[in-house]
Parts: sequence; C-alpha cells; structure tokens
Amino acid sequence: MIENKLSNLHQEALKRYQTKIDSVSPEEMVLNLGPQHPSTHGVLRLELITDGEIVREVIPHLGYLHRCFEKHSEALNYSQIIPYTDRMDYLASMNNNHAFVMGVERMLGIENDIPKRVEYIRVLVCELNRIASHLIAIGTYGIDIGAFTPFLWCFRDREHIMNMLEWASGARMLYNYIWVGGLFYDIPVGFEERCKEFVAYFKPKMVELNELLTDNQIFISRTANIGILPLDVAINYGCSGPMLRGSGLKYDLRRVDEYSVYPEIDFKIPYAKGEIGTVGDCWNRYKVRIDEIAESLKIIEQSVEKLTKEYKRTKEFDPRALVPKKTIPKAQDFYIRAENPKGEIGFYFIADGRSDKPFRVKSRGPSFNNLSVLPEISKGVMIADLVAIIGSIDIVLGEVDR
Amino acid sequence: MIFETVKNILLEKFGNEVIVTEEKEQKQPALVIKPDLIAQVCLTLRDHQDTWFDFLSCLSAIDYGVESQKFGVIYHLSSIIKNHQIVLKVFLDNNRNLENLPVFQSVSSVYKTAEWHEREAFDMVGVVFENHPDLRRILLPDDWEGYPLRKDYQTAETYHNIKIDY
Repeated sequence: MIENKLSNLHQEALKRYQTKIDSVSPEEMVLNLGPQHPSTHGVLRLELITDGEIVREVIPHLGYLHRCFEKHSEALNYSQIIPYTDRMDYLASMNNNHAFVMGVERMLGIENDIPKRVEYIRVLVCELNRIASHLIAIGTYGIDIGAFTPFLWCFRDREHIMNMLEWASGARMLYNYIWVGGLFYDIPVGFEERCKEFVAYFKPKMVELNELLTDNQIFISRTANIGILPLDVAINYGCSGPMLRGSGLKYDLRRVDEYSVYPEIDFKIPYAKGEIGTVGDCWNRYKVRIDEIAESLKIIEQSVEKLTKEYKRTKEFDPRALVPKKTIPKAQDFYIRAENPKGEIGFYFIADGRSDKPFRVKSRGPSFNNLSVLPEISKGVMIADLVAIIGSIDIVLGEVDR
Repeated sequence: MIFETVKNILLEKFGNEVIVTEEKEQKQPALVIKPDLIAQVCLTLRDHQDTWFDFLSCLSAIDYGVESQKFGVIYHLSSIIKNHQIVLKVFLDNNRNLENLPVFQSVSSVYKTAEWHEREAFDMVGVVFENHPDLRRILLPDDWEGYPLRKDYQTAETYHNIKIDY
C-alpha cells in the first residue's frame, strides 16, 4: 500500500513532467538553455517551453555542480568543514566562513569571548568580499545585457580585492581565513593602509561605472519593468538579500540579528525605491547591489579606523588564542543565519555532544531559494528578458547545488 | 516568550494532541508537532496576527541514525514583521526499508519555497511529502538509486555501467 504511495508520488511527478514536455502544441517549442550557456552563470539548465519569442514556462534543472557538501560534513570535524563552505558560494567565501564559524562558536558558547580586533578583521574581510561578489554580479549582468566595458572594469577592480585577500589569507578565492575562535593569521602589516588606498581608488571608479551602466538608457530599457517580483511573492518564495530589498523591503540580517560588530558600525540598508522602473524589477535589484557597495565601503572605512586606533596591532595579540584544540559542542541543534552578498545563508547543525564531527549539517543556500522564484516571474516574458532576469537574481551555482 | 504565544495559539486551535513534546532546554526551543497537522499549523502561524511567521528560513530532513529508526523534518520559521523565530519539528518512525519511505505532509501550499526544499529532502534523505505538486529529484539524476544522506547509504559503484571513481 505504502509502496504504491511512494511510486505514485515520485512516478506521478515524473509522468506529469514528461507529459508536459511531450504535449507541447505545434506552435510551441521546447528549448534548452544551458547547462553550458554563458548567461546562466554556471551550469544551470533551463528547459523553456516557448511560443515564438515568448517564454510560456521555465523548468530549471539543477545538480550539475552537486558535490555533497552535507554528506562530506558528516565525515569531517568542524574546522575541516570550513574549506568546504568556501566552495559553496565561491564568490563570497569569507562570508560563508563567517556564518559557519559563528554558528560553531555559538554552539560552543564562546561567541562573547572573541576579541574585538578579530571581529573587526572579520567584518573588514567580509565586506571586501561582499564588494567583490557584487562587482561580479554587476559586471556579468552588464555582459548579459550586451555591455562589455563594465565587465572589464568590474573585474579590474575586483582583482585589487582578490590580491588584498590573497595577501591576508594566501589564497585568491577560497580563503579558509576565518577560523572557529579566531583567524588563520592577523592581517599583514600595511593591510589597513592598502584598504584606505583601495577605498580612495575605488570611489571614483564607482562614479564612472554608474555613468556607464546605471544611468545608461539602453541598460534601463533592457532592465526597468522587466521581471517584476512583488514583495509578497518574494517572501513566500524565501527570497532574501538584494532580491528581497529589490522588492522594496528594508530587511538586512546584519541589522536584524545584530551579529558580530555590525551594531557598532554606522551603515544604511539600501532598498529599492523605484526611481526608475517599478519596485521589484531587474533594474531595482541591480541598483540595490550598487548601493550596497557604497555602504560596504563605509563599513570598510570604519573598520580600518578601529583597527588602526582602538584595536590596533600589538605584539601580544594572537588571533589563534581562542581556537579550540578539539571542537566538541554540547548535544544540541542550532540554526545560524547571516547576511551573505546573495542573501540569507543558513547552517543547521545537529551535534551529538560526543564527537568533534557534526551529526548533520544542513546548509540553506540563498541562491537556491532565490532561483526557485524564477519560473514564477518569467512566465510570458521574451527569451532575451529571461536572460536579464537570471542575471538580476545573481545566482552562484556552487551554492545552488552545494 | 514567542514560544509560549505559539504554544497557546496551537493548543487553542487544535487541542492538546497537536504538540507531541517540547524541547525547551535548548538555545533555540522547538515544538514537536503531530505529523498530520504540520501544514495546518504552518498556515495558522503564518496568518495569525500575533505570530506572522511569513518566512520559511530552512527546511531540513534528518535521518536520526540506524538504531533510532526515526526520521524528522525541521522547519525554521521566522517573521519579518515581528522579528522572531520558532523551530517546529516533525518525527516519524520508519523501518528504513527503501520501499516504505516515511510520508510527511507538504507545506508547499503555505510556503512556496518549501517546494524545492522538500524536493531536496526527498532527493537526499528519502522522505516523501504528500500533496507536493512536483516531487521529482532535484540535485541528483532522476534514476539515481538510494538516498545519499541516509546514515546507512552505500556509495554507488557504477552509474549506467560507468565506474565511479572516488
């Protein structure tokens, strides 16, 4: 009886899907977009049912980059999992590290003992990484739409951040820099000055980028009033980050949960106001990212200020002082969430209290949830607009598939 | 505080049997809900003016190990308006037979985001969700055998007669 139920539920769904594909009318066409299509930002395959240029339905197929993050984590101890979190959202590894490490620290109950200098360094590198991630989002979005120059400009500026983070951690993209209880190393001598130089260099570049892309009439025509995501739909589909703020909600976990030293830092939460187009469209999502870069620069300036004055480098400072020899949290389950460049990243831990390996780690990727709204908002759009919508969601397939 | 509010709302609406147990001693207290009622409970908590749990943060399916013969689904709800969170848990006993998967109720009619989360839970842990609109596998191929996140999963050695190297 129950066996029938299983086969029913799974087989029926397969059958329904197959019938849908088989029964397209003569005017309609089934078209594959991806998995090797540049505008899907990775190995995402979209099956489109199209009527001429109009997209009737989008069926996403995921899993081409599935690397069993959760299965791996069951066999490794907590600090060994940190490099795996790097590879989830590989454009914002620092932020992944930070969220994961915060969760483990709270399970151990040492989150209030972390030195302020460590926390400020964490915030500093996370915000640098946030800018790098948004630069990719903006640059590749430009190239999706057909603007080539912003792509090159964004990658040029991102390379400065990559070099700085490489200087600090030793790796260009996958850092493993933030550790449970501390950091891999203190930031190198002269890092603060380099940050200041970068901010001074980067601010005028953002003005140029805005002139080139944000206010560009061609770009506006391609993105404004396209792919409108109403706020209630966004919330119901679990969208977070710039997707949610692009729909006009002022909601940022850095302010809501007040984790790390964010409560001490002055920054605003950018959200879509609909200066151009409608709140919730592609342009507004893009604009939220542009505004967030400016806010991140403010956070960087303030952290550097603190790191050179109040919590400056001393000989005695050891970023590994609190790193536990063996990480064995008490038996509990714990959910940690944090604001990644893409949205709410979450880790759900189950610790059995005996071993230094988690019993289970479930990760909630923001891109996974943000992508799930795509079939909803791309019904009846043109194929070229679909590309604009995918770009504005800003997915990283490493995190969708994990 | 919100924990008590939620408890009272549920007891008032569904009677005593809706809450199986409470897990209060944890940092994030959880309510264990009767499996048949989870969709209605979520709907109630989403629309009640004291709770407004409008955002499903995370849905995780758990295999509690070979000895315990227990499967669970954990719901992390949060409210954007009220800024509070609650954890709901649902447990089912199951004899781990692959032809007799545990059947939970789908909450995808309440939270659309659960649609993909539940597909992932089915794909990885092998729990089925009733009333789910499209319960295909999501990350693995449709003809994959077994459910990788089960504790007794044996890694596949071949796929379509292709040897898998580890």
